[in-house]
Amino acid sequence: MASYTQRKLVDRIVTGLCICAALLAIIPLGSVLFYVTKQGIGAVNWDFFTKLPKPVGETGGGMAHAIVGTLTILGIACLIGVPTGILGGIYLAEFGGTRFSKIVRFSADVLTGVPSIVIGIFVYVIIVVPTKQFSAMAGGVALAILMLPTVVRTTDELLRLVPDALREGALALGVPKWRATVSIVLRTAAPGIATGVMLAVARVAGETAPLLFTAFGNLGWSDGIGSPTASLPVQIFNYSVSPYADWHRQAWAAALVLVALVLFFNLLARLLVRDRSPAR
Amino acid sequence: MKDAAASELPTDKELVPASTKVARATRKTNRDVNAGDRIFRGVTTFFAGLVVVTLAAVAIQLVMTAWPSLSKFGFHFLYTRDWNPVEDEFGALPFLYGTVVSSTLALCIAVPIALGIAIFLTELAPPWMRSPVSFLVELLAAVPSVVYGLWGIFVLAPWLRDTVEPGISKVLGFIPMFRVPESGSTGLGMFTAGLILSIMILPTISSIAREVLKATPLPLREGALALGSTRWEVVRYVILPYARSGIVGAIILGLGRALGETMAVTMVIGNSPNISASLFAPSYTMASIIANEFTEATGKIHLAALAEIGLLLFVVTFILNVLARLLVWRVAAGRRYKTAGGRT
Repeated sequence: MASYTQRKLVDRIVTGLCICAALLAIIPLGSVLFYVTKQGIGAVNWDFFTKLPKPVGETGGGMAHAIVGTLTILGIACLIGVPTGILGGIYLAEFGGTRFSKIVRFSADVLTGVPSIVIGIFVYVIIVVPTKQFSAMAGGVALAILMLPTVVRTTDELLRLVPDALREGALALGVPKWRATVSIVLRTAAPGIATGVMLAVARVAGETAPLLFTAFGNLGWSDGIGSPTASLPVQIFNYSVSPYADWHRQAWAAALVLVALVLFFNLLARLLVRDRSPAR
Repeated sequence: MKDAAASELPTDKELVPASTKVARATRKTNRDVNAGDRIFRGVTTFFAGLVVVTLAAVAIQLVMTAWPSLSKFGFHFLYTRDWNPVEDEFGALPFLYGTVVSSTLALCIAVPIALGIAIFLTELAPPWMRSPVSFLVELLAAVPSVVYGLWGIFVLAPWLRDTVEPGISKVLGFIPMFRVPESGSTGLGMFTAGLILSIMILPTISSIAREVLKATPLPLREGALALGSTRWEVVRYVILPYARSGIVGAIILGLGRALGETMAVTMVIGNSPNISASLFAPSYTMASIIANEFTEATGKIHLAALAEIGLLLFVVTFILNVLARLLVWRVAAGRRYKTAGGRT
């Protein structure tokens, strides 16, 4: 075997290479955040948040409709995805151990890996085709399906971390199982589950592919959740592949707002975890 | 709580035969409690079942929508290259090629870096560095795909076109793969797509690889250290062999993400259904063709052909996910067993 100095040297070199790998990964992150901030900050102004887009050729205008659209679609996604996911997760953690629960876990894991554009096709076929209308509702359902597996699995894992003594204590006091689960087990795990939900929301907030043929897009205000609705990600896509310089500027601004929104959810999730940790 | 007093309610009396008077109190209490529990169990089961139903419905709807194309083209679909909505002739080969090559390229770039990061974060980094570095790497996963695309169009592609591609071409240009096409490069092409994909799958691979590396039992590490190994030797001879199958699983999950990634790729790959020897030429992927043409597909066969591409993506990612989870689970299961009851 090689001498000790040689081995020590190899150790140093590999450590160096690993540090390089970490740095290499951080360069694109830095570059993306730098350019989004630099290009976006110049284009974000009051009009951006309050006005609709101007016709091609005129400068100015904003994306108020897309911001509202994104929030609407996210809201619908949460209304559908979060309760479904949490209740499904409760089943896995509290009544699990059955054959059925194995199938559910397996399906959730596989569903996580299904490309989001495929979910877009699915929702197009089951909602857009029958209603003959692109809609915020369809977009919301698509995003709900995307967040569902994350919420189910997080709830499942976190509920299983709750010590059995708490469950037994509640049951010994004569509380029915459903009350014990809702008021004791679920409450104990609530901050963690909230974190999981936040991360799931952050993940789907930037999804574009499934919205292309569900919520579609709109040049102005949407007529309600039953009609085509603009969203920030789709707007960024359409504007950035267009040939107009002013639209590119707007795309950067929209990217800045979107990244800020996503980071906000991420940070919120982290803060929730931090609050919880001293108590553990 | 329901107790004996509650059992005196007249409505309840009718439900219980008079002959079972003694057993009544307890049994009825149980039944009342169980009613709530039964509903609760039923409701949660229903919602858990929705996950399974959704997955099954996705598969069924895709097959149904793709059926006209499936039955018309059969296996020809996979190896012919016409894509002609006017004459309803569809072959997906250029898109399959684009997806396979761009994903392979992404893996070639991302795997060494991701493993480097995972090893660094679990084994080599000083403790104070771990949390900030892993936070930054996770942040890579948080940036939306469409933002990577925007950055790719306006920052990465011009840089690659003006600096990197001529450089590579000058040195390795004798290999057709690295030759800039005669028509010149726009910076939008297979190479740019592969690079952007590699950035996007990096956090996936590195975070799962980290989980797997962490699962190596402590006594194994301690044993190797006690024998005088350097830290790298511990990684090389103890941890990597132990975690090998899990790492393969992590790479497969990364591949699954790369195959289905849509927006960033669509924005930087150039969207031209050619099969070109050069990596710097524009190409097209399966996900991109769906994103670009689905809303405009008016013909039944055209829509079906796009759905069939979607179905292919679904089937491939399904298989990859099952495979990867089996591999990762095999390594991580040992850990779960070890730390059961302990803090994780």
